Amino acid sequence: MAFGDILMQLAAGFTVTLKIFFITVVLSLPLGLLVALGRMSKNRILSGIVSIYISIMRGTPLMLQLICVYFGPYYLFRVSLGTSYRMLAIYIAFAVNYAAYFGEIFRSGIQSMPKGQYEAAHILGYSRSQTFMRIILPQVVKRILPSVSNEVITLVKDTSFAFTLSVMEMFTMAKALAASQTSMMPLFVAGVFYYIFNFIVAKAFDIFEAKLNYYRF
Amino acid sequence: MKVLEIKNLAKSFESMEVLNDISLSVEDGEIISVIGPSGSGKTTLLRCACGLETPDSGEINFDGTFGMVFQQFNLFPHWSVLKNIMDAPIHVQKRDSKEVEKQARELLNKMGLSDRADAYPYQLSGGQQQRVAIARALCLNPKILFFDEPTSALDPELTQEVLKVIKSLKDLNIAMVIVTHEMAFARDVSDRIIFMAGGVIVDEGTPDKVMNSDNERTKAFLGKLAGENI
Repeated sequence: MAFGDILMQLAAGFTVTLKIFFITVVLSLPLGLLVALGRMSKNRILSGIVSIYISIMRGTPLMLQLICVYFGPYYLFRVSLGTSYRMLAIYIAFAVNYAAYFGEIFRSGIQSMPKGQYEAAHILGYSRSQTFMRIILPQVVKRILPSVSNEVITLVKDTSFAFTLSVMEMFTMAKALAASQTSMMPLFVAGVFYYIFNFIVAKAFDIFEAKLNYYRF
Repeated sequence: MKVLEIKNLAKSFESMEVLNDISLSVEDGEIISVIGPSGSGKTTLLRCACGLETPDSGEINFDGTFGMVFQQFNLFPHWSVLKNIMDAPIHVQKRDSKEVEKQARELLNKMGLSDRADAYPYQLSGGQQQRVAIARALCLNPKILFFDEPTSALDPELTQEVLKVIKSLKDLNIAMVIVTHEMAFARDVSDRIIFMAGGVIVDEGTPDKVMNSDNERTKAFLGKLAGENI
């Protein structure tokens, strides 16, 4: 197999990798914000449930979570969702897992905000949701950006866990090619793909951080 | 006419009694300084009055809106000076943005900061930040303005700059309640001085009356201060 063919096959797998990555980011960031709010809720039942959820997501392997989400419906309820459920299971497992991590990042950011910001907003007459959306959240984003960028870079690499459910993303493809070609080359090329992608992701976060440098705390 | 009436206010923090049966009314345009030793309940009184603390008992009645100026300024760091002043009038009071901007620029002018409208809080000195905070409070057209030790975080030079601005507000006819340790300022600016100690109002009256009080506790406090000034 020519090098060009390997490249083409990996590139096809890479589009699946990209899809997993973007869908996870788009779902898990807002979900993470809800997780943070739930965790900080004064309702002890809600905050208790959310704490247990975070603890399980962080305390068990993502690979196991993928298997649970994919096979769970059948083993628990005898519902057969077919192979079309496979990609959906990937998105659900990744989003739910990453929401737990993002939730904790949001929470630390929100709790690091000085009390005076809330008090000033209260006196000026802002409602609770106005205070959060206009004053607290924009500052939290700046505070947590470095941690979020770390987590997003990890996600790029974690998409390779999709091979657990035999989804034909780039890593699954590279492993299959390496086996059939008895060569390390496909895996090495996949590594280069991941590296370049993460290089771009890191640069994008640098630009975003620089954009938010127009003010300091 | 009264703009604020506080009746029989009491507040404890875990069995520590901070305010004990405080009653106070503020007339339209009246300027009141609240003085007293640290821990006497001055700040707690202010925080209860404006709803940042919930009193254990008592009654608080306002006529019209109120504003507050904090010791630590508490400007919003992600907004420019002008936006800090204009945002609440526009998004809370739902006023017309053109009209608000006009008022905000006038206030900045009054604060001597007309050239800093586009600066961000971190680019300003403490004294400038506090003057922006005053403009921000004024732009909501309050009937009464609370000051919680507005110069405690500032050096003597910046303190004078902020006190000068507060004095210049006298002609706006807004009632002001100022918690302060600046005795000369309190004497100059106030219609009435309230001396608090141990959670109660020990002494109150015109600046002359309180500064020359026969009350032992007042004398002890002011005497100590005079001693420190030398």
